[in-house]
Formats: sequence, C-alpha cells, structure tokens
Amino acid sequence: MRNNINGDNINVIIATDCGSTTTKSILIQKIDGEYRLTHRGEAPTTVEAPFEDVTRGVLNAIMELEELSGRIILDGEDIQSPSTGNNGIDLYISTSSAGGGLQMMVGGVVKSMTGESAQRAALGAGAIVMDVLASNDGRLYHEKVKRIRQLRPDMILLSGGIDGGTVSHVVELAEVLEAAKPKPRLGVNYKLPVIYAGNNKAQDAIKERLGEITDLTIVDNIRPTLEEENLQPSRDRIHDLFMEHVMAQAPGYKKLMGWTDAPIMPTPGAVGEIIQKIAKQNNISVVGVDIGGATTDVFSVFEGQFNRTVSANLGMSYSVCNVLAEAGIPNVARWVPYEMDEKGLTNRIANKMIRPTTIPQSLEALKIEQAIAREALRLSFEQHKEFAVNLKGVQQERTISDAFEQTISGETLVNLMELDLLVGSGGVLSHAPRREQATRMLVDSFLPEGITRLAVDSIFMMPQLGVLSTVHEKAAVEVFEKDCLIQLGSCVAPVGKFKDGQVMLTYEINLTNEKVTGEILAGEMKLIPAEYVGCSAIFKPGNGLDIGDGKNESIQTEIYGGVVGILLDGRGRQSFSIPSDMHTRVSKLWEWSEATNEYPEEVK
Amino acid sequence: MAQSYTPGLKVLANTPSEKVRQLPLKGEVLVKVGDSVSADTVVASTHIPGNVQMLNVARQLNVEAEAVPDCMLVKIDENIVKGQIIAESKGFFGYFKSQLKSPIDGTLANVSNMTGQALLSEPPIAIEVDAFSAGTIIEIIPEEGVIVNSNGALVQGILGIGGESHGEIVVVVNSRNDMITKEMLNESHANKIVIAGAYLPLDVFRHAQKLGVNGIVVGGFDYNALSSILGYNLGVAVTGSEDLGISLMLTEGFGEIAMAEGTFNLFKQFVGKFASINGSTQIRAGVIRPEVMIPHTEDIESTELKESDMIISENSPVRVIRAPYFGKVGTVVSLPTPLVKMESEAMVRVAEVKFEDGDLVTIPRANLEMILY
Repeated sequence: MRNNINGDNINVIIATDCGSTTTKSILIQKIDGEYRLTHRGEAPTTVEAPFEDVTRGVLNAIMELEELSGRIILDGEDIQSPSTGNNGIDLYISTSSAGGGLQMMVGGVVKSMTGESAQRAALGAGAIVMDVLASNDGRLYHEKVKRIRQLRPDMILLSGGIDGGTVSHVVELAEVLEAAKPKPRLGVNYKLPVIYAGNNKAQDAIKERLGEITDLTIVDNIRPTLEEENLQPSRDRIHDLFMEHVMAQAPGYKKLMGWTDAPIMPTPGAVGEIIQKIAKQNNISVVGVDIGGATTDVFSVFEGQFNRTVSANLGMSYSVCNVLAEAGIPNVARWVPYEMDEKGLTNRIANKMIRPTTIPQSLEALKIEQAIAREALRLSFEQHKEFAVNLKGVQQERTISDAFEQTISGETLVNLMELDLLVGSGGVLSHAPRREQATRMLVDSFLPEGITRLAVDSIFMMPQLGVLSTVHEKAAVEVFEKDCLIQLGSCVAPVGKFKDGQVMLTYEINLTNEKVTGEILAGEMKLIPAEYVGCSAIFKPGNGLDIGDGKNESIQTEIYGGVVGILLDGRGRQSFSIPSDMHTRVSKLWEWSEATNEYPEEVK
Repeated sequence: MAQSYTPGLKVLANTPSEKVRQLPLKGEVLVKVGDSVSADTVVASTHIPGNVQMLNVARQLNVEAEAVPDCMLVKIDENIVKGQIIAESKGFFGYFKSQLKSPIDGTLANVSNMTGQALLSEPPIAIEVDAFSAGTIIEIIPEEGVIVNSNGALVQGILGIGGESHGEIVVVVNSRNDMITKEMLNESHANKIVIAGAYLPLDVFRHAQKLGVNGIVVGGFDYNALSSILGYNLGVAVTGSEDLGISLMLTEGFGEIAMAEGTFNLFKQFVGKFASINGSTQIRAGVIRPEVMIPHTEDIESTELKESDMIISENSPVRVIRAPYFGKVGTVVSLPTPLVKMESEAMVRVAEVKFEDGDLVTIPRANLEMILY
C-alpha cells in the first residue's frame, strides 16, 4: 500500500468493490483534464474452493476492463503502476463486503429470558441467529462446544444474569466458549468478536476466560433487571463490529490489502460517505439504499443526522431465502404479475441461494427477482426506521407480561414526507435492464410520500467512489456528478385515507414544451415523460389527502423529471395495499407495469 | 482467447482428501501417524461425567439427616447398579428396617449429613470421534484428534442436510432422469447410501428415513419439503447439525433436475463400495459443500483440481445452472467480448453453448458451471 498519493500525478484509476457475490471494477481516466468513468467490468467473487481468494475475482474483473478498454493493466498477477501510455494505472483502491452476511450465536443463562433478549438484540441488528445457547437448553457441555465449532459463527453475543445477580451460570457459558476456542469462519488474521452483555458482576471473570482468545467487548447488560430490557448498546455494538471486522474479510483479504493504495473500506462505509456528501452539498434529506447479495444497507440523513443500517440477513443471493422467510411467501408473490404455484416460486428463489452468482436470463426470472428485491428493500427500510431514532440508548422498560414483545425505542427520524431524494444502488437496482424497473422497485418498497426525487447509481459504483473520495476527492466528485448518479425523476404520492374511485390528485405541470394536466384516481399510476430540468407545477390533493402542505392543501412547486420522468402514484400511502384477490392483483400489476413502461411489450 | 471463471463442484473418480477429526474436548488420541483406519475406527475419545441424581435418603428411610451416612451400604465412589440396595435404616432392634434401592447404574458420588441426600452419578459418557472415511493417519493433534488422508472418489453436492454417515452405495434408479419412488426402496436399503435420480418426493424421503437408509443422493428436492423436514424455512444455506438419522445431498438444486451424467455414472461405477456422506453445507464466504467420499484402491488416474480447470474457455464442457436451460449440458463454442441483450433485456457477458442435442444457444456466463470430471 502506498503512503503518499500525489493527486496531480493520477491519470488512470482502478477501483474495485468485492461484493459477496460479484466483484465490480471501474476504470477512471483523466480525459481533457477531467476525470471520467470509461469502462466497467465484473466477475464472480471467488470465495469458494479451489480459489478461496478474493484477489482471483479482482483479477478477473480487471481482465474484463483490459478486454473492454484495450488498456494493458496486468503483468501476470501484478497491477502495473504507474501508467505509461496505454499501459498500467496510477491508483488502485477497493471496498469489500465479500465476507457476506452476519450469522451469530447468542447465549443467555435462561433460554426464555436473557437468551431471548440476546436473540432480539441480534435480530434487531440485522443478524441471522444460528443458535441460542443457554444453561437450560437441555444440551450437554460437549454438545454445546461441538455446535459452536460446527457452526463457525461470525460473532457471539453472550448475556446472562441481572446486574449483581448470580455469576456462576454466565461464567459457565463463557467456559463453553473458552473450550470451543471459536475461530472466525474465514480463519483470517483477527479473533472472533464476542460481545458480553450480561451481569456486570461477572465482567472480570468473563475477561479472564475470553479476553485473550477472543476479541471481547463488554457493553451494558441486556437485562439489567428482570423487568428491564436494554437492547440498544448490544445492537449498536453488533452493528459496528460487523462493519469493522467481519463484512470486509474474506479469503485472500490480506493479499488484497497489499495491492491497494489506500486501506480497503467496508462497502457500507464507502456508500455512506457518498450519501452524506449528497445531503450536505445540496442541504437536503436523503435516503440511500445499497442492495447486495448477502446484505442490504440503508442510509439516511434527516435533520442533518446521518444513520446507517446494515441488514445482514437480507440480500438477493446468499440470504435471499431469508427474505422469503422474513417477508412470507404471500408478500413476495404479491409482486409477481402472474399466477405461480408456491412450490415453483420457492424452488426458483432457493436456487438463487445455492447458486448465488447466477443472473436472470428470462423475463420471468427477472420479474421474480425484482419481486423479492421489493421485499428485501421494504424489510431493510423497516429495520432502518427502527434504528434511526432521535433518542439513542433509550431503555425499554418491560414488565414480565410484555417482556417478550419487541417494540421500538424512541421516535424514528425517518419522515417520508420530508424526504427530498431517494437513491438506489446495488446490482438489482443499478443493473435493472430498464430504469423504469429501478424506479418502480424504489417506489414500491420505500413508498415515498408527497413529492420525492429519485435517483439510481448508474452502474453500481457508489462504493468505489466512496473510497475514492477519501484519497482523491476531485476525481470522485467529477465522476460522481457526470457518470454515477442517474436522475430517474420524481414521484408524487398523496397521503391519507381514500375511497375507491376517488380523485387522488389533480395536476398541472409545465414541461419545457407543453403543459400537461389531468387527474389521478385511486389505484392508478401515471408516468409523464419529463427531463431533468425544473418544471413549475401545481398539485392539488384529493379530498382528505395531503401532498406535503397539509390535508387538502394544493402545492405550487418546481418538480424535476429525469430519464424516467414524473411518476404520479395514486395507489395511496398510509395505507398502501395490493388487491388480495389473485385476478384483480395480477390485472393491477399489469396495469401499473404498462403505465410505467416497466417491462417489454412483446413478451408480456 | 477469452476466458471466464466459474464455480464448479468436484466430481472426481480418484483424488486425495484430508479430513480433520477433532474431539470437542481434550481427550485421548487412540491412533498414531501411519495407522490405517476404516471409516468407523474411533480415532480419539474422551469421557464426560455422567448426569447426577439427588436421592433424599433421609426422607425415604424416615431417618434424621445426620444418620444417613451410617445407613449407606456402599462407599463413596463405589459402583452401583440399578435395583441394588444402597441404604438401609437400623430399624427397631433389627426389625422394621427400611431399604433404599438405586434408581440408576453408576457410582455413589456423595452423601450429606446436613441434607440427608445422596448424590448418585450415572456412568461417564463417552465422546468419540471416528475417522469418517477409510484412510491413513497423517497427523496427530495432541489430545484432540487427527488428520486422516483418504484416496478415492469424491462427489460434492450443492446442498445437504444431516450430519455424517456411512454405508454401501446402491443405485435404485435406471437413469439419472428418473424419479425415485417408494416402491424402489425396501428393508435391504437400511444402512446404505441410496443414489436416486432427478427428484426425491417428500414422502419417499420419509419412507427412506423409516427404513433406516443412511444417506440419499439426488438431483433435486423441493424447498418446501426441506422446510417441512427441518421445521423451519432455511434462510441461509447453513446446515449440518440436523438430527434426522439420515443424510441428504442434492447434486443439482431445488425442483426436478436430472443428476449430472458424470455424477450419476461415477456412483454407478462404485456400486457396492462403502462410502461416507456428510450433508453439512455452508454457502457463504468460506464455503463448505456436502460430499460423498468413496475410498478405493482402483487403478484410476488420481486427479487434483487446478485453478486452470475452473476457467471456462472454448470447448469447455459446461452445465447451465439457471432457468430456462437449467441442467442442460453442452460445450462452449465461443465467448464473445461484447455485452449481449437477453430476453430480460439485461446486457450481459455471454457464452455460445452447443447442447448435446445440437442446439446452439446464448447463455450468460454467470449461469454456467464447469463440469469437472
């Protein structure tokens, strides 16, 4: 890794993002004094035998760049640097989320008490809970040890006992971990993260047993008293440790570190950089999402406060069946615009889990993939709203009777009516064959309210630009503005209770060359082609509805189109629903598809 | 010439494999480097104390707690058997004695003159680890286990459930395209590893489980059936600790998918051989695949996979791993550089593949898998 980067001498840059499924590479070149994206390549991420080395996928993705650009970048397995003529590059940087999702084990003294609290904390942090260890789980000591070794969790959350209570049981659990000598599944150069969130009186004994052999962090007790549950400190710590230590790691990570000119950044960290910059530069509220193979990351800036969540159990390949399990088959099937038997649908989705690097070739496969993406996005956003609260660390008082109810602590900062810009990134959004499809996926899952601008990462390069911005801001900004962000347009969606057949919205939009006027009825969608320029417009919400200025209040505003246009959405907000009757549902989905130019006509 | 890397599952007739066999606790290693072992040879073992039971002697004999030690007929740490009289009250002048029988086999661990209770310990529980597959010990992990080297056939699957098991290979279908039915299974298949064809219905799986079949290898299975067996929907492909009494390995995926020809033929080649199956799967970075190992000493050229074997190039034998051609086998004719538009309108890197029936089709490279024989 180079220590000094002289920005003036940088003419050719390669940036890669090692995702859990795909490794993406971009080639940025200085053309007429300006940095521009010139080529893009990708290859399956190589974390499986016989390669088990992410650098193979990186080399393959760079080889694609070579093929497409004609530039010679590699000399065997070495990246040629610096550049001379049509050879080599000057800067190589990378992000990584190749480690994939977060699979945890949790432990508590009593399975139905601290064990369940620990499980809730882990689930709330977006992890998949592989097993709950407890003193009373009926398993023998050696069975627990064997289980830990067999599952190879990414992280362990250990809780147990109320503050000041009995120490021996939770220490016994620590001794099980000690005996198992848990190792991270990738066997790389870090210790397994263990978070202790149990009886404060046992902290020294826990340190004694696990301090050396694990990466032990101690946080406040998850159950300080029997009636009180305090999930936030554990949840936040799980989240941070995952981002910092687990996600980016993968076989060959150390080798990759030796190649890059700047530290490898975890993908959500890099995308977060970009989202914050967009919000700051334009002084707007932004929600961003990056949907990957194993995780879905959501970012928001409201009232100047940045929040980031990584749903490590919701993704489009490795954890796609978890989306199915979490959302339920009916919620996924509601977006599929034809009758499909449950067996066929679940088999198709499950095949993506076991063959994560495959891509939809047929239109039918694409529609199923986009249906499940809507649910992954929706669930991730739900989780984000729970995290992005204005009173961090609020403790949730629980009585014994409601001790097992999961409720939100604090008021969420996410206010969709205040949202100015919704940005999407990740394979299923950036590579959707039509930008209209990305628009629909964003709108259907986030359900923006009032007037909201929509944008998408053109070719899925926000992670690379995020890390680039930390070492060469000029190049990152230039490429971001000119080549990365695709302005899709705006969504206009009235909010409130409505009746069938009701007028939801009356509109008058002054486009560059014409004025368009009309009405949108309940359950209708309409797409008005419009370019990315400010157009004056008047929107009048239907009776009892709100478009941003209060119930029944008209709005005179400037609205932007984009490559898709202005989407008028009369399907309702708070509440939004899809007809449950199969025939009506399918017919509505076709109608919305047609209205928004979502899929090709000839193969419908 | 253009190339493309793809994932691929090993289907090899003769290859060396190394397995770490480790106890969950420190114990004793029972073999030494160079020893030949069979699949069920115990290579390391240890014991954990048996469960303990409290016996309220004072109450049952109707004596004071402090009198209990004098009533005991066995000494601390002495072995006892179920039904043995272990305590007796003094009675009145030798009459009206009460007796207490041991409810378990084990040892007397302790007697309390404070509580009047006796602590009985069940026999120690043996924890053993076997060799999994026949082979030679090549390394000892002191007090914990060994590394076993085996030579033989190795077939990796795409997903499995259930842990480790062993058994003789038996093929019950005529063709890799056939669906296994209940009628194809009987008592003679108990303790065997059954090779099915393209699809395993749930009721046939349950039938095999009842018959005591040790393992089933099949092309396809339903996700819903898997959920039904597991009792939950598998969210991520991490399996292996299911206590089903049978191991299942899918070679192709979910649905009805003919077993790859090479895989099916390899199993046919080793019918009657003793094999080891492990259904454990973890599909995430640091992948673990389910596998069947068939140790043998036949004179087949030993193959070890090289990285170059995984590169798809012109003339590579490939299999399609996604609809609409899922499961079809062909040969790569060319790997065009420009992106090509699919029916889904996605612009992707493709390969032109000639199927066995002569059809020439364009398929995304990401949807191809190398066939590794």
